[in-house]
Amino acid sequence: MMPILAPTSEAALAEAVAQAARDATPLTILGAGSKAAMLRPVAAEQRLSTAMLDGIVLHAPAELVLAARAGTRLCRIEEALAASGQHLIAEPPALGSLLARATGMAPNDAMDDEATLGGTVAANLSGPRRVAWGAMRDHVIGVRAVNGTGEVIRSGGRVLKNVTGLDLCKLLAGSHGTLAVMTEITLKVLPAPEASATLILPGLDPDAAVAALSAALGSPFGVSGAAWLPDLAGDAGEGPAALVRIEDFAASVAYRSEKLAAQLGVPGTRIVVDAPSRALWRGVRDAEALAVREGEAIWRVSVRPSAGPAAYRAIVAAGGHGFLDWGGGLIWVAGPASLALHAAVEQAARQAGGVWMVLAAPDALRRQVAVIPPEAPALARLSARVKAAFDPEAILNPGRMRDERAEAA
Amino acid sequence: MIRQPQPKQEILARRTALLAELAPMLPPDGLITEELRLRPYETDGLSAYRQPPLAVALPETTEQVAAILRFCHRNAIRVVPRGAGTSLSGGALPMADALVIGLMRMNRILSIDYADRLAVVQAGVTNIGITNAVAAQGFFYAPDPSSQLACMIGGNVNMNSGGAHCLKYGVTANNLLGLKIVTIEGDILEIGGAHLDAAGYDWLGLLTGSEGQLAIVTEVTVRILRSPEGARAMLAAFKANAVAGACVDAIIASGIIPVALEFMDRPAIHACEAFAHAGYPLDAEAMLIIEVEGSVAEQDALLDRIRAICERFDPISLKVSNSVAESQAIWKGRKGAFGAVGRISPDYLCMDGTIPTSRLPEVLERIGAMSARYGLQVANIFHAGDGNLHPLIMFDANDPASFHKAETFGADILKLCVEVGGCLTGEHGVGVEKRDLMGVQFSETDLDQQRRIKSAFDSRWLLNPAKVFPLGPLADAGEAAVAA
Repeated sequence: MMPILAPTSEAALAEAVAQAARDATPLTILGAGSKAAMLRPVAAEQRLSTAMLDGIVLHAPAELVLAARAGTRLCRIEEALAASGQHLIAEPPALGSLLARATGMAPNDAMDDEATLGGTVAANLSGPRRVAWGAMRDHVIGVRAVNGTGEVIRSGGRVLKNVTGLDLCKLLAGSHGTLAVMTEITLKVLPAPEASATLILPGLDPDAAVAALSAALGSPFGVSGAAWLPDLAGDAGEGPAALVRIEDFAASVAYRSEKLAAQLGVPGTRIVVDAPSRALWRGVRDAEALAVREGEAIWRVSVRPSAGPAAYRAIVAAGGHGFLDWGGGLIWVAGPASLALHAAVEQAARQAGGVWMVLAAPDALRRQVAVIPPEAPALARLSARVKAAFDPEAILNPGRMRDERAEAA
Repeated sequence: MIRQPQPKQEILARRTALLAELAPMLPPDGLITEELRLRPYETDGLSAYRQPPLAVALPETTEQVAAILRFCHRNAIRVVPRGAGTSLSGGALPMADALVIGLMRMNRILSIDYADRLAVVQAGVTNIGITNAVAAQGFFYAPDPSSQLACMIGGNVNMNSGGAHCLKYGVTANNLLGLKIVTIEGDILEIGGAHLDAAGYDWLGLLTGSEGQLAIVTEVTVRILRSPEGARAMLAAFKANAVAGACVDAIIASGIIPVALEFMDRPAIHACEAFAHAGYPLDAEAMLIIEVEGSVAEQDALLDRIRAICERFDPISLKVSNSVAESQAIWKGRKGAFGAVGRISPDYLCMDGTIPTSRLPEVLERIGAMSARYGLQVANIFHAGDGNLHPLIMFDANDPASFHKAETFGADILKLCVEVGGCLTGEHGVGVEKRDLMGVQFSETDLDQQRRIKSAFDSRWLLNPAKVFPLGPLADAGEAAVAA
């Protein structure tokens, strides 16, 4: 295998990309490589990593901004924020060990610590708080990046409100390294709430659970998490449960959780606060409830919340298993890495007017299927032109999101 | 004055024939061509600039928009999309050879879904119209630009509008789920939908705030939120801008994110008080309006905390509202700020830069020095939590020298915003107004990247011409600008 290029400066990274463009050498773009199992395998032997672009370059707590180089480990950023009583708003998951388990590697907790800021933003990964407070991409307020010709480009800045020019921050977030290589990212951050409480609503099937979650999210109490687990882990015999989170100052959390529990009126409801509440949501965030077995594939499906239960049932009927987050709108799925289950996932997402994404699968499967929904022909034409506007030689992560050759044919 | 490119003579020469071909694509009264009836469309909220368009098309369906755009694309006719025409940056300023496409007849709310917390509306629905439609169920649409009674959601999407409450609820981009758009080639595309987040490229994020450069928006799926149990405001006045700025930092550092955190300097306080008689302290150098949400007990707890923080900064006065009526009185002056300034000056320019909040005292001091140098008064209103500064520069439009000075003064303020680490525009957009300042914030490489994206959507540069991007050497927005 060819050695990984890991430039130690933005200028060196830009030169490496420029050289690759001149030579028409395709590049696999990565941070720590913890998301290699996501989407499709990249058709490029030469790897270019941002891992050596390390360090927080700005943290102004009173201004609610943090900027870091793309290769900075996400856990380092979380530590720095916690020291100032702040947090990452979108609550991005740590998926290293989950993805490793699916791909048959020995999982260990260290893998969860590998994920970089650049990789997390490039995949636009958001956790449970997304349902109330926005996705990872919503809090990216500035980027520096190297496009496919080796030019350094900037968009946004370091202030919270900025509509100057086209918003490339959001376009690059979620583009999986196919448009440009992000080198530095500036985020909006917020104070971490003083307290956290979770309403555990037991015994609900997905339909009843999503109805309760919708009522909770439509309440005036600032719900910041709304999930459903088919089996509440660690509580043997308890069975399915919906989880509703409230985060704020302690007195507010106490008041609102009591009042919301009374309004929802689900028999057997109990409220846990602080450490056990936070542990529950860490589990939801990192999809711990997804009992992934070696060699299984993992999907995420996003639909309108009210369509979540039917989509979930269709997937379970086809042999998948999983749980719901985002008020029922996010379906985490694991199951046999088969064409049949993938087809069922696709069909369930389409039926609900939503989207799917293959988060991990063996290469053989993910080469054969659409790992994300194909775009309508007119949009696909725009996509190709925008891709060329950033990366005319098509050297950045070829094949990562789609099989471009197959779609062109 | 900002230079505009020359209209295309061949389009002007073929006007009658082109309009005759266009008319059947629209409802019977959907094409405006008479000079007098074109007048209302010659300008927008940046009224110093005026130019009647070639004609105005008022489509009623997305399919009509598509037919018009296909026709314009085939004939290389420039197109200016328009909602309510409230842009403060000249975002809807026509050109003589451009067809204005007005979306105001597409003003229907198509569906509301409370369980999934979303509404699907046409582009010509007003911002407040969405909140009005869902208020009976206790819901609201969060972004609340000052023009919300008039401005339309299609324009909000194109300008990524903000408002006084976006510190907590975010701007337009953070409150959208989907769009229906029409490309200049006439393709109708669905972007996003009722679900969260795209699996592929984030077209929704790119299109929001693209100022009509990439496509025309005809339908929008917005998130609606349940209103909090209640809200209440307080007012805190201080002896110096720097002290009020330090107080803002202390509030944020305490972990409280108020739903609104507005800052007014001495001239703004005086102008608003004279207009609204809101009881603002006239001996203050700076004043904060702070609003919190929740139950009455929660409001009390938060306002107590904030009051304790304010007291550390030797306030001139603190006034905590005890009722909805008292909160409205506190907001009355701020909400009437533009009218208030309009009363003491015949004309004003409303600027819109953003700065790192820590630089506020220095920036206000330097704006004060510029005000003395230019001999023009300025009042500053500031969304203090997110750094968005609105200096109102007062001038006399009947005096060309005064207008020229006001424009130069405004440009100096925006350059200062960029110099201290901020940006040219926080929520009003670049439009025509700040187009020629883009080079202050961006390198040519940055701008060329954006131009290539524009070209990917609109290869002939027909959509909303001569906005956002500095003109090329030929003063012609188009492929020449890209090549330059």
